[in-house]
Amino acid sequence: MKRIHIIGAGLAGLSAAITLSEGGIPCSLISLQPSERAQSVLAEGGINGALDTMGEGDTPAQHFEDTMRGGVYLADPNAVDNLTRHAPEILRWLESLGVPFNRTSEDIALRPFGGQKKRRTAYARSSTGKILMTAVIDEARKFEARGLIHRYPRHEFLRLLTDAGTCRGVRIRDCYTGEICDLTGAVILCSGGMNGIFPGMTTGTTQNSGDVAAVCLAQGVAFGNLEMLQYHPTTIGIPGKRCLVTEAARGEGGRLYIERGGEKWYFMEEKYPELGNLMPRDVVAREMYFVRRQADTGDQVYLDMTALPEETWRNKLSDLRQELMHYLALDPKAAPIPVQEGIHYFMGGILTDEEHRTNLRDLYAAGECTCQYHGANRLGGNSMLGALYGGRRAAQTVLQGEIPDAAESPFTGEEPLSTPAAPALIRQISEILLGAMGIVRKEAALKQALSRLDALHAEYLRGEYRILLARAMLLSALERRESRGAHYREDFPEKDEALRKPIAAAVQDGTISLEFRPLPERRSHAGNT
Amino acid sequence: MQAILEILRRASAEEAPHWEQFPYETADENETVATALVRLNEVLCAAGKNPIRWECSCLQKKCGACAMVISGKPMLACDAKLTDVQKHGAVRIEPLRKFPVITDLIVDRSILFENLRTLSVWLEQAVIAQGDRAALAYDASRCLQCGCCLEICPNFCPGGSFFGMAGFAPAARLIAELPKAQRDALCKAYRAHIYEGCGKSLACRNICPAGIDIEHLMVNTNAAAVWKLPWRK
Repeated sequence: MKRIHIIGAGLAGLSAAITLSEGGIPCSLISLQPSERAQSVLAEGGINGALDTMGEGDTPAQHFEDTMRGGVYLADPNAVDNLTRHAPEILRWLESLGVPFNRTSEDIALRPFGGQKKRRTAYARSSTGKILMTAVIDEARKFEARGLIHRYPRHEFLRLLTDAGTCRGVRIRDCYTGEICDLTGAVILCSGGMNGIFPGMTTGTTQNSGDVAAVCLAQGVAFGNLEMLQYHPTTIGIPGKRCLVTEAARGEGGRLYIERGGEKWYFMEEKYPELGNLMPRDVVAREMYFVRRQADTGDQVYLDMTALPEETWRNKLSDLRQELMHYLALDPKAAPIPVQEGIHYFMGGILTDEEHRTNLRDLYAAGECTCQYHGANRLGGNSMLGALYGGRRAAQTVLQGEIPDAAESPFTGEEPLSTPAAPALIRQISEILLGAMGIVRKEAALKQALSRLDALHAEYLRGEYRILLARAMLLSALERRESRGAHYREDFPEKDEALRKPIAAAVQDGTISLEFRPLPERRSHAGNT
Repeated sequence: MQAILEILRRASAEEAPHWEQFPYETADENETVATALVRLNEVLCAAGKNPIRWECSCLQKKCGACAMVISGKPMLACDAKLTDVQKHGAVRIEPLRKFPVITDLIVDRSILFENLRTLSVWLEQAVIAQGDRAALAYDASRCLQCGCCLEICPNFCPGGSFFGMAGFAPAARLIAELPKAQRDALCKAYRAHIYEGCGKSLACRNICPAGIDIEHLMVNTNAAAVWKLPWRK
C-alpha cells in the first residue's frame, strides 16, 4: 500500500494532501483537531503574490528581492525564488476555489504590506486565513470523498519511527480512545509553529504546543535558526494570549506614535520616510521597544487608525474593528489603540532543502514548522504563501521519488511520550526563555537562562525534550554573535557578513551540536523577471 | 471576582456524569471560562489530580474548538466572560448535549464533518467569487463548525437527515458562487438536508459565535436553491 502520512491539517498540510491526491497518491491527514481549528484560520491581513493587478509594474523578481531583504538575506535564495515565482499561480488557484478576495472592478485587489515596495498582498477583508481555509478545506473534502485523503482528526503525534537516518513512519495516539498506532511510510511534517513553548504569550493557538518540534529535535531531526522569533509590532493582550492587530491596519493607513513632549511622535514615519509604518516587522518592533525606553517619551505606543476612510472600515477592516471593540471596548475609528510587540511567528524550525527534504530520508517538512523562506524575519503576507507553496512542493518531491510502502498497525507497548509535560514545567521554561529571548538579547542573560534551564527537573520525557528544545533555542541565540533580523544582540549590534549563514542545531545522544551552514548560491537560471 | 465553577464531569462516556465544584478567584474582570479552565487545570495538575478535559485552540473566537454549554447557553468558552455568565456566584459548565460525550467537556462532533461530505460541499470546477455573491460567500465562509447552532436547534439530532445551520453555511458559500447551471445537485441535497428539515424556529439566529447573519444568508440561499428567485442584497 502507498500512503503518505501528513502531520498537521492547516494550510501546509492541506496543500500537501491536495497535491498528493491530484497525483493519485493517498495520504493520512493527522491532526489534534479538525482543520477548522488550525492556526491558519487566525491569519488576517493577506497573502502575497506579484499579480500586479494594481498597475504598479510588480514582478516576482521584486517579491523575491523584498523577501530576501526582509529576511536580511538569511534565506535560501533558490527556495525564495521558487516561492515568489509560483506565488501568482497560488493566488489564482485560490481564486479558482472561490475564495472571495476583495476585488478591484476587474481583478483581485492587492493591499500594501510591511517591507514591500509594491502592493502585492491579496486579502479577504482582515480574515484572510479563515476565508481561505474554508475554500481549501472544501477542496480537500472532495478528495476525502474519493478515498484519497484519510483524516485522523483527533490524533496526536507521539514520535517518528526512525532507523539509521531514515524515517520509517510515525506513532500517533487517538485522543478520544487513547489507542496508539504506528503508521509506517513516508512522513510530511506540517505541524506549525512552536507557540506552546511560550504559553499565553503568543498570537497562535494552544494546539501548536511545540511538542512535535521538541520530539523531532530529540530524535535527530536537524533544526535551523531557532533564535529567530518574530515579535509582531501590533498585538493586544486578551485573556489567555496575545491577539494580533493585523499589519493591514497599517497597510490601510494606520500610524504608530508615542507621546513625546505632549505631542504625538510618529517615529516610524520620521525615521523611515520611504516605508514608514510599513517597515519589516523586526524593524518596527525594535523601534517600538527603543522609543518606549527614551527618557522623553511615554511608555505606550499607539496605533492611530482614526483617519481611515469609512469605505476602508466597511469593506477592508470590518472584522478588525469588531474585534477591537469587543476586546478593548475601543472603537478604532474614534480612538487610537494601545499596542505592544508580541511573539507571532517562528522563522526557525526544521531545516529543509528547497525540495522540502529534511536530514532524515523519507521525512519532509513544510509550513511554519520549517526553517524555510523567511530567513531572519518573515514579511507579512508570506506565511500563508509559504505554507501553501511549501506543502505543495513537499508533496511534489514525494511524488517524484520512490514512495515507500505504508501500513497501519496497533501499538500496545509502553510509550512514555503519551504523557504530556507538566503545566508548571512548561510555564517555567517559558519564563526562562522570555527573560533572555526578547527583542533585545545579550550574552549574560542567555547564559543565565541556560543555567536556570539546567536546574529544572522534568518528570516526564516530553518535559525533558521541551527543555532540550529550549536549550537549542538559547544556544543558537548565544552562537549568533551579530544582530540580524529578529535577532538583536545588544553586545553585537552590527550585522556580520561572515555569519550570514543559518545555524543548524542537531541532537545526537542527547547532546546539542550547533553549526553555521553555508547558504547555497543562487542559481544563475533562477532569475525571474 | 469570586465564582464557583460547577463542572459536569465524567471520566468516560460509559460513566454517569457528576457535578464537581471548584471555587475560583480572579482579579481580572475580563477573565473567561477558557482562561479559568487553563488556570484551574494548572492547579489540579500541581495537586496530582485529574485535569478537566476540554478542547481549545485559538482562544479568540475564531476556531470553534471550545464550544460548550455555559450557564445553560451554548457558547465558546473563550467568549464567555466570567462576570457575564455567572448566576448567583456560580458558573455551570457542561458539554454540548447534542453530541456523544467522550470525557468531561469533550464531545465528538465528527458528525458535522460527515454531514458536509454527505452534502458534497466542494467544487467540481473553478468558480470566481465576485459581486454581491462574494459578500455572501465571505459571510458563509466564516462558519466555525463549532456546533452551537445545532445545540440550540429544535430540529437537529445527530444522525438525522436534517443537518442544521452548520451544514447550511458551507453549502451556502458554494450555492452563492456556483453558476446556476452547475448548482443543481448541491441544491437538491440542500433541499433534502437543510431546507425541508428546518422548522424556521430561528433559534440559531443569535447564537452564532462568529456573528454570521444566518437569516440573511438563508433568505438568499433559499431564494436560489428553492424558489429560483434572484439574489437579494
